[in-house]
Amino acid sequence: MSSDDLDALALLHDPVRRSLYAAVASRGGDVGRGEAAEAAGVSRTLAGHHLDKLVEAGLLESGFRQQEKKGPGSGRPAKVYRRARGERSVSLPPRDYAALASVLAEVVDALGAEERAERAAREAGARLAKGHAGEPVEQVLRERGYEPYEEGGALRLRNCPFHVLAEEQPLLVCSMNLALCQGLLEGLGDEPGRARLDPRPGECCVSLSKTNED
Amino acid sequence: MHLAELNIAHLRAPIDSQELAEFVALLEPINTIADEAPGFVWRLKESESDPTATVIHDYGDHLLINFSVWESLDTLWDYTYRSAHLGVLRRRREWFLRMAEPYMVMWWIPEGHIPSLAEGMARLERLKAEGPSPEAFTFKDSYPSSEAASLPAAAEATK
Repeated sequence: MSSDDLDALALLHDPVRRSLYAAVASRGGDVGRGEAAEAAGVSRTLAGHHLDKLVEAGLLESGFRQQEKKGPGSGRPAKVYRRARGERSVSLPPRDYAALASVLAEVVDALGAEERAERAAREAGARLAKGHAGEPVEQVLRERGYEPYEEGGALRLRNCPFHVLAEEQPLLVCSMNLALCQGLLEGLGDEPGRARLDPRPGECCVSLSKTNED
Repeated sequence: MHLAELNIAHLRAPIDSQELAEFVALLEPINTIADEAPGFVWRLKESESDPTATVIHDYGDHLLINFSVWESLDTLWDYTYRSAHLGVLRRRREWFLRMAEPYMVMWWIPEGHIPSLAEGMARLERLKAEGPSPEAFTFKDSYPSSEAASLPAAAEATK
């Protein structure tokens, strides 16, 4: 944890900034100022001011989108915002579980113990389900930071909650994540086969089919 | 600069055996995903007409070789781990033996240059012998192209 992280997150204490951040993050791509303003229910000017503050703090990134109409009179390229790639975490007192998890993942890899790790992940998913009996899986995943959204009848997951580890040990971490989601479904009395590997750049490697018909 | 990547896999059984049949059936769809992936530049093909033909080489029949060139680390990573290729990788133990030594290596090359397989194998040997460096590295210990550009070998190749 650095004081930068704390400063950046403190910016989100402001409800307008928080809803603008949420509006941008939930789209998963470039969002224009007007669009973000509308989603947050504030004026474009106010939105622009706060969005730029979020960029300054490193929570969002900005860029420019060319106008669709080319040539004279088409106007300036529109400024757009997207969620910054880095992640922020604050722990008081300071803790660093990610570093330990990274070391442990390396050990699992060195031992070739992936199958055992997947089994443990599936059990962890089932245990997690115990505290959420009767809740829809979508809600549990949302609480765990997966940022689920619907697309083409399937439930996709915008965010990988294990992003840093998944970059270091993608095969192990993605397999464990799949097993965790399957264990969760099973524990909720749902069909574990709904969760499957469906990787796409910038998102979680797992998606959930609407029903288990395939 | 572009990124060259070589990886080898130790086959559990001959490539034309029943044990490898499922893997061979996946070659065409997965290679198509690679060829169409953002950032894909080139890959070593044994045949232009037979998409299931694996690279024939002098390093032992049990070794399966993949050799390709990409625009960046990110594009190669996305293809490897964020496409249907991930599902094939997950099943690797069904078809390949576990390797204790490094089995993949990457290095930066000037754009337009196609490296030889012998160079790739030499880079892999270098990684095994000396560990990661700008001349031979992995995803876990990667080096930016700017560091490779200042290497004498790269300067030689761009002349």
